[in-house]
Amino acid sequence: MLAALPLVPLLAGLIALAMPADGPRRWLLVVVGCLHLTLVGTTWVHPPAPAYGGLLELDPLGQLFLTLASLLFTAAAFYAVGYLRHEGAVHEKRDFQDGATFVNAPERVFSLCLCLFLSAMTVVCSTRNLSVLWVGIEATTLSSAPLIYFHRHRRSLEATWKYLVICSVGIALALLGNILVSVAFYDPVAPAASMDLADLLPLAPGAAKPWLRAAFIFLLVGYGSKMGLAPMHNWLPDAHSQSPSLVSALLSGALLNCAFLGILRAVQILSPAGLGPFCGELLVLFGLISMVTAAVFIVGLGDYKRMLAYSSVEHMGILALGVGIGGGAAFGAMLHAVNHSLTKGALFLISGNILAVYHTRSCHDARGVSRALPVTAALWTAGFLAICGSPPFGLFVSELAILRAMFASGHGLAATVYVVALAVIFVGMATSVCRMVQGPLPPAVRHPGPERVLSVASPLALLAAALTLGLYVPQGLTDVLARAAAAVSLGG
Amino acid sequence: MAAIQSLLVALVVVNLAYLAVTRLKTLTRITALQGVLLAATPLAIAGPHGHGLILSLAVLAIKGIGFPWLVARTLSRLEVNPVVEPYFGFNMSLLAGVGGLLFSLWLESRLPFPPGLFPPLLFPAALTSIFSGLTLVVARRKALTQVIGYLAAENGIFLLGVPLAAQGSVWLELSVLLDVFVAVFVMGIALHHINKTFESIDVGRFCSLRD
Repeated sequence: MLAALPLVPLLAGLIALAMPADGPRRWLLVVVGCLHLTLVGTTWVHPPAPAYGGLLELDPLGQLFLTLASLLFTAAAFYAVGYLRHEGAVHEKRDFQDGATFVNAPERVFSLCLCLFLSAMTVVCSTRNLSVLWVGIEATTLSSAPLIYFHRHRRSLEATWKYLVICSVGIALALLGNILVSVAFYDPVAPAASMDLADLLPLAPGAAKPWLRAAFIFLLVGYGSKMGLAPMHNWLPDAHSQSPSLVSALLSGALLNCAFLGILRAVQILSPAGLGPFCGELLVLFGLISMVTAAVFIVGLGDYKRMLAYSSVEHMGILALGVGIGGGAAFGAMLHAVNHSLTKGALFLISGNILAVYHTRSCHDARGVSRALPVTAALWTAGFLAICGSPPFGLFVSELAILRAMFASGHGLAATVYVVALAVIFVGMATSVCRMVQGPLPPAVRHPGPERVLSVASPLALLAAALTLGLYVPQGLTDVLARAAAAVSLGG
Repeated sequence: MAAIQSLLVALVVVNLAYLAVTRLKTLTRITALQGVLLAATPLAIAGPHGHGLILSLAVLAIKGIGFPWLVARTLSRLEVNPVVEPYFGFNMSLLAGVGGLLFSLWLESRLPFPPGLFPPLLFPAALTSIFSGLTLVVARRKALTQVIGYLAAENGIFLLGVPLAAQGSVWLELSVLLDVFVAVFVMGIALHHINKTFESIDVGRFCSLRD
């Protein structure tokens, strides 16, 4: 079962590459998404046995992030059918920003890379081996870089290059972290059998602490740059704003979680070694820096896709903060990861609808969305309220859980910074969103007519899920969240 | 022991050479030289059998031949100015490199290494390689030198992992190598597009994405 999970998208990708007809290839993505999601769904009912000699093994933490990746991919696949029908044709297009002409990448390659991306994320989520995790995360970078460069113009190329170089160097530092972990566990007489958590965890109390500390710093900086923690977040707003919206949704909703998983695996090793508080302090520090950075940049930002990207920096900060505080906040962080993925995925897909009609990413020029695209405008507003943590959406519950745990554990100063950053970001985003939704339609924009079902169904479903989680969290999910949170408890 | 020491001294010299070289072609050759020296380290440490031999051959194929070939091929197709254009001068870079070497020698004498794990000088050699690589990434103007810098940094990290490699499985080592190979390949493709779109591979021209 687990053995088939990464293979399904891999094979589908190869089939997509060979398929000549565009229409069936687009629906193939949907079939892959649904099949993958079904397989992942069965892991919730029947926990799968380890596969490939223990290299792949699903624990609650991995299961949670795997489900999110699969869900987001399926939503993006449905959206892609309509998107590619509109954008897929290879002919010269005019860049709306600088007027230069460009072509899109061949659709086959795009479909192949989407499938490879899902396959790589599946490997990342379903392994407890640090080396396999590293290989998987590097593979996500390589398979997603061509996705960012779908529209082949200068700006997307610049964004892709930044993404490739910053993330590759970052992930190379994480490899150094992995090596330092094995230095910490080095024992010439009885060497650890592998870099698998199952082999490392029993030996953790006896591992060399200075080396573990150094390893954690490198893993945090390395995977943190991929996750978009400030100040290593520079690639994120560029890549998210330049890639097609469905790719931004996957990057933000699924990929950032995968990188976070890399950091969480390190926490899992350091905690039993008695270094939980050390991890906690660093995570809180990076979390707060990310939130403050996002707050500073989001106010007055004129580009709505960059605004969403900075909001991702903020929410990655919240995740790091939640795990760093520990206890109830770790549970809150796990719930927050779910809510953020659902909501941000929906928001990026909606931003794609707006971009398709207005041909601008400027909040100042894309006005009167409620007149041009009434359903999209309603979802945009609801998504904004959800992402800023307004009740009754799920993010309110998770942000509140983290805040309560911060006060309960005596992190008063951090809690203040947290609340102020959240408030500033709310105001900053509200200004842009309200301006876009209201007002008259700009004269240059033609009324697009009725909205296509495929362009609003996915974001609607994702937002509905985020709303449901604000009102009711199913017992099965609560159990997995609690076990995932317990796995990353700092134990100090 | 003597063999490994000579190798490591050679590696340190190569690392410093990265910073002083003014021609892209020479830079490519240095990458090849570093790859070959790296391929010899598993043999010098673990002896020419089993695990070490497979790893050594793989490193020779990928780092000694594969990467330099990829880089040289990209270079010949791009028809760019053959001179490495630095943001700050070669002498300064070299001075910084020597500073990094001294720092890593000092660090080696202070860190509590597990006894018998790293041969002397391996840690400074690895650290200067990472340092030189990162310097090439941030302090050179051309996108191609960033790729070479990434390679040099990765080589340094790899060197640090060699003494530990005997504990892990060859499979995983090989997949790491393969991943980096694909990374360089993808960067090569991106370089072609950059050259075509910007009519240059100068990253200083990347200025359209701002807040």
